[in-house]
Amino acid sequence: MIVFRDVYKSFGEKEVLRGFSLDVQEGETVVVIGYSGSGKSVALKHVVGLLEPDQGDVEVDGQVVHQLDRDGLRGLRSEIGFVFQFAALFDSMSVWDNLTLGLKRQNLSQREMTERARESLAMVDLLGSEDKFPAELSGGMRKRVGLARAIALRPKYLLYDEPTTGLDPVTAAVINQLMIRTRERLGVTSIVVTHDMTSAYAVGDRIAMLYRGAIRQVGSVEQIQRTHDAVVRQFIEGRPEAGADAEAAAAGGTP
Amino acid sequence: MYNALSIRVAGWLTQVGKVGNFLRDVLRSSKEVGTWAGLTAVQMRRIGVQSLPIAIFIAVFTGIVLSLLSSYSFTGAVPLYFVGTFVGKAMMLELAPVLVGLALAGRVGANIAAELGTMRVTEQVDALETLAYDPNSYLVVPRVLAATLMFPAVVALAAAVGIVSGWITSVNLLDLSTPEFVKGLRLFYQFKDLWFGLVKAMSFGAAIALIGCYHGLSTRGGAEGVGRETTTAVVRGAESILVLDAFWAVVLL
Repeated sequence: MIVFRDVYKSFGEKEVLRGFSLDVQEGETVVVIGYSGSGKSVALKHVVGLLEPDQGDVEVDGQVVHQLDRDGLRGLRSEIGFVFQFAALFDSMSVWDNLTLGLKRQNLSQREMTERARESLAMVDLLGSEDKFPAELSGGMRKRVGLARAIALRPKYLLYDEPTTGLDPVTAAVINQLMIRTRERLGVTSIVVTHDMTSAYAVGDRIAMLYRGAIRQVGSVEQIQRTHDAVVRQFIEGRPEAGADAEAAAAGGTP
Repeated sequence: MYNALSIRVAGWLTQVGKVGNFLRDVLRSSKEVGTWAGLTAVQMRRIGVQSLPIAIFIAVFTGIVLSLLSSYSFTGAVPLYFVGTFVGKAMMLELAPVLVGLALAGRVGANIAAELGTMRVTEQVDALETLAYDPNSYLVVPRVLAATLMFPAVVALAAAVGIVSGWITSVNLLDLSTPEFVKGLRLFYQFKDLWFGLVKAMSFGAAIALIGCYHGLSTRGGAEGVGRETTTAVVRGAESILVLDAFWAVVLL
């Protein structure tokens, strides 16, 4: 279980998270939506200790992430797969080396490592691309390799940072299917950060809207679709004139 | 005025604190031998072997200039075989370490800062952390170790090439025979001439690599940030060589 408890985070003068609280239950997929620059990715990075909160806690399985020592943090990270917005593949390494780098930390035998990497590539339909380098891959393929690298670790939790951003609708749908397939096969608990509502409706059990540094509304897909909250409606319908609060767009103006 | 000064001092102190934390983290990370051992050999080739052409280029021309310059300066008042003494001492003690160090501050320092900076802004460093690697053990320690070990080797070769270049120049352009040049070379030679230059080279290598890594990993803000930190790494690297050069002269000579 992942718990964000009253998290505050600022960068210089800019307050990004202001009392962000959210619970993610075992086995569920929670989608965090919000305007660009609203702090969705910042919240996600707290889960793996890439950022530390100024105030508040992020707990994973009862462990406060920012209080863990080096070994504790490493143990936690080995249970979490992180799919980055632009894949963050190591560009000096082949697809195969990208996949096996994390596995080398898990003390697997060479055979187990090979099997795990091949299974993960097969799950994202990229068998045969082992020797390619990231520069030779399309945007969609890079995201799939990023997903394969994360699931190769057989994590308990998967964190997706804007998994469909910058992709055409068909490739985005493929990524959505892969996320659903991954959850069905591996039974992982996931947090998906996105502003793509098609993706949010397709993969989410619950949807939480981050607005001005805190959760504005959280509920099932149906609850969010039927919401009467003007700010949430404005966002999910993508119509600036639909809601009363046009400030929201301005508040989220920076990436 | 007072306010501006206090803000500036606070900024410097913050920077000193950040550098101190970085050095402490790198030292702690050096315990993870399994992570950096294999990567160090790769970096030794990149930092050392690939730096040889520029080091040899510098040494050849420095040797030529030194022999002609010394002959010109002696103006007949000093025996010409002292050309060998001057070329040998200057190459081993000062010019090979400093000139090669300055060149490598550009080549190696810029390479490290740009590579790590690009990895930082494209989230590859974050990805490394999420895969349970310590970026300091994986990226910093191998580069610092490789530079510390390979700079003395490159400098030693450059010093040898510079002396040979000075000898060839003396024999062909000055009225000096090979035995005379060798006599001058051996006249005041001490073993310290050699190790002094190599100790300096080791410290230059460590400083350039640490500065490159620090600025690379501190990069923020895309391509512009990478350019800015790379330039800063080269400038700071060159400055550190001159400061260390003076430090070793005061301490060891």
